[in-house]
Amino acid sequence: MSLFNAIVVGLKEIWAHKFRSLLTMLGIILGVSSLIAMSALVEGMERGSREALIAVGGVEKVRIEAQPVPVEQRNLRDFATGVTLSDVYALQRSAPEVLTVSPEMRLEPQPTLSANGKIYRTWNIAGVWPVQAQVMEHTIEHGRMFTAYDDELARSVCVIGTGVRDGLFGSPEETGQDINPVGQTMNIGGSPFTIIGMFQHYESEQDRKIREIRLAEEAQKRALGLTNRVSGPRRSRGWNGNRGGSFAFRMKNNTVYLPLNSAWIKLRSGQTNLPPEPRLSEMEIKIRDISKLDLALTEIRNIMMVRHRGIEDFALRTQEDWAEQINTFIHNARLSGGLIAGISLLVGGIGIMNIMLASISERIREIGIRKAVGAGGLDIFTQIVVESTVIAFVGGLTGLVTSYGLIHLIVSFTPTDNAPIITIGSMAFAFGASLLIGVLAGLIPALKAARMNVIQSLRYD
Amino acid sequence: MALLELRNVSKIYHLGGEEIRALDDVTLDIGSGEFCSIIGPSGSGKSTLMHILGCLDSPSKGTIKLDGTEIQKASTRELAGIRNRKIGFVFQFFNLLPKLNVVQNVELPMIYSGIGGRERRTRALKALEQVELSNRLKNRPSQLSGGQQQRVAIARALVNDPKIIFADEPTGNLDTHTGEIILALFRRLSQEGRTVILVTHNPEIAAVTPRRIEIRNGKIADKVDAKLAGLDRLARNAERGAGSAEPNSAPVVPSA
Repeated sequence: MSLFNAIVVGLKEIWAHKFRSLLTMLGIILGVSSLIAMSALVEGMERGSREALIAVGGVEKVRIEAQPVPVEQRNLRDFATGVTLSDVYALQRSAPEVLTVSPEMRLEPQPTLSANGKIYRTWNIAGVWPVQAQVMEHTIEHGRMFTAYDDELARSVCVIGTGVRDGLFGSPEETGQDINPVGQTMNIGGSPFTIIGMFQHYESEQDRKIREIRLAEEAQKRALGLTNRVSGPRRSRGWNGNRGGSFAFRMKNNTVYLPLNSAWIKLRSGQTNLPPEPRLSEMEIKIRDISKLDLALTEIRNIMMVRHRGIEDFALRTQEDWAEQINTFIHNARLSGGLIAGISLLVGGIGIMNIMLASISERIREIGIRKAVGAGGLDIFTQIVVESTVIAFVGGLTGLVTSYGLIHLIVSFTPTDNAPIITIGSMAFAFGASLLIGVLAGLIPALKAARMNVIQSLRYD
Repeated sequence: MALLELRNVSKIYHLGGEEIRALDDVTLDIGSGEFCSIIGPSGSGKSTLMHILGCLDSPSKGTIKLDGTEIQKASTRELAGIRNRKIGFVFQFFNLLPKLNVVQNVELPMIYSGIGGRERRTRALKALEQVELSNRLKNRPSQLSGGQQQRVAIARALVNDPKIIFADEPTGNLDTHTGEIILALFRRLSQEGRTVILVTHNPEIAAVTPRRIEIRNGKIADKVDAKLAGLDRLARNAERGAGSAEPNSAPVVPSA
């Protein structure tokens, strides 16, 4: 019997028992759609985590942080120079795998920001070189980034993120307009600085969508004459008052950058009677090629160790751990979700096997007749396997369609920060798995049918 | 050379340590084009003989030649092929597939011999014409009378142009009149040169065939008993009535 005939016979058999076949397929449908839905959810989570990782500079970014001298080198403490600008120059000159070095001088203790009659505290105020904007993947929305010239002259200028603007001048949500703070004066720890630029607002895909929806709703309310403006003192609703928004994006939005020299001379000098402290708090390094990360790290480490005369008063930080963590998390989520979906697919397969066994035992006579007119064991075997595969095939196809519905259902009652993403790969995998399950589920019933004795099955009532 | 040659064929079943000889040392020749009946009471072994002759079962001992090839050692798969090409079965309970219509039922053996869809259809229609059922092609077996169902079964047995047609109590489930029509059909097939073997416990039916093989306790009875002898006359009359020549001589028609 040709395969085509077998498939036609299988389809007819399914059509003859529509309700029974539908119930059988349900197992496979649920299995396939839960497999796809699970994969889409995990994919969405992965996308979300990677967005945040890229927002802080991606894995190519290496950070050198000043560290206290380790215990075993305490006796050398007086020789420790700390991370300084000469380290930056040395790395720029001597490490071929290093693309950019950007020094950062964080202000300790953190100065308070004030402008427009308001006070705002943030932890990310640093004196930097202009190149920092590129290393940290910043984009200017209004005004400009300060230049090397501004740095050279230690001008009192700064560039802020939207979080700082929101805190001092009001957010678009509150005021109904996107306030441009460029040209305003802001006091940093008491010294006046002119805001010459503002970065764009950073947020994840999902946050952006939520915000757009909220803006549209508010515009509608305003059109109806309603406002949610509250009178009296402003109520703090925690960071930025909005839900979600991963830490990475919040940190980025709360940046204040000023020229390194301005920070050093104008903000550090006043703190003690000693000359201004020249130590940097950290360096952001972009390496040339991520595949040569190990080589680059060795170079950086060697140069730093030579310059610091073997005193380890610094530490190297990479985003590898973060990337690794994302991978582990995604791997675990995929494994556990896959296991559950796999079990439901398996249950579907057992359902098929069950129904095929029932089907052959009610068709013993038919099998006997087919054998009497010349069907070999292989013909019967093929027929049963094809039937179970056809059930799984149709179930798998239906599962692909229903997975969309399932994902919408899941999203509707558990809103996540990361929209699920259906991939072709997961669909192909789930469909292939359902086919395989169909074939496997048919094997035992098919073997049983193929081995039936002709005479006994002909006599069977 | 005979079409079917059985030499010392035995079929032994073991039932809880007890040995049951369903067939005991049977030696038998059936020539090409013969019209014969296998007769015997229930439990005599006639069904076992038919199963072995019809390649549904293999003997425990002895050799069996069908159309010149020995088949006692054939695998179940080879037996299926032989059944498909050389043997047609007609059963007491018709054994049509209830979900298929008349044409599809007749096409069934050809599906397993790998004949293409268009030729299958032509040959099925031709076979149905032979049994005069061309007007009920699309009916399901349940919509047909017993006699019509049996004619569909005969068409199915004929469709692969087999050498031998086995009929196991073909009239057992039919009324006398319909039974006669079916028997007439078998006679006609025999006259067309096919080997037809009727298996029955009913002497009156066995009487229509020129040759009768009687089975008793797994052996072929040498003599036809008195009752059967008395029926010989009936057979002669029947054959005369059907316009057949020379009673009591077998084969009736030389093989084509």
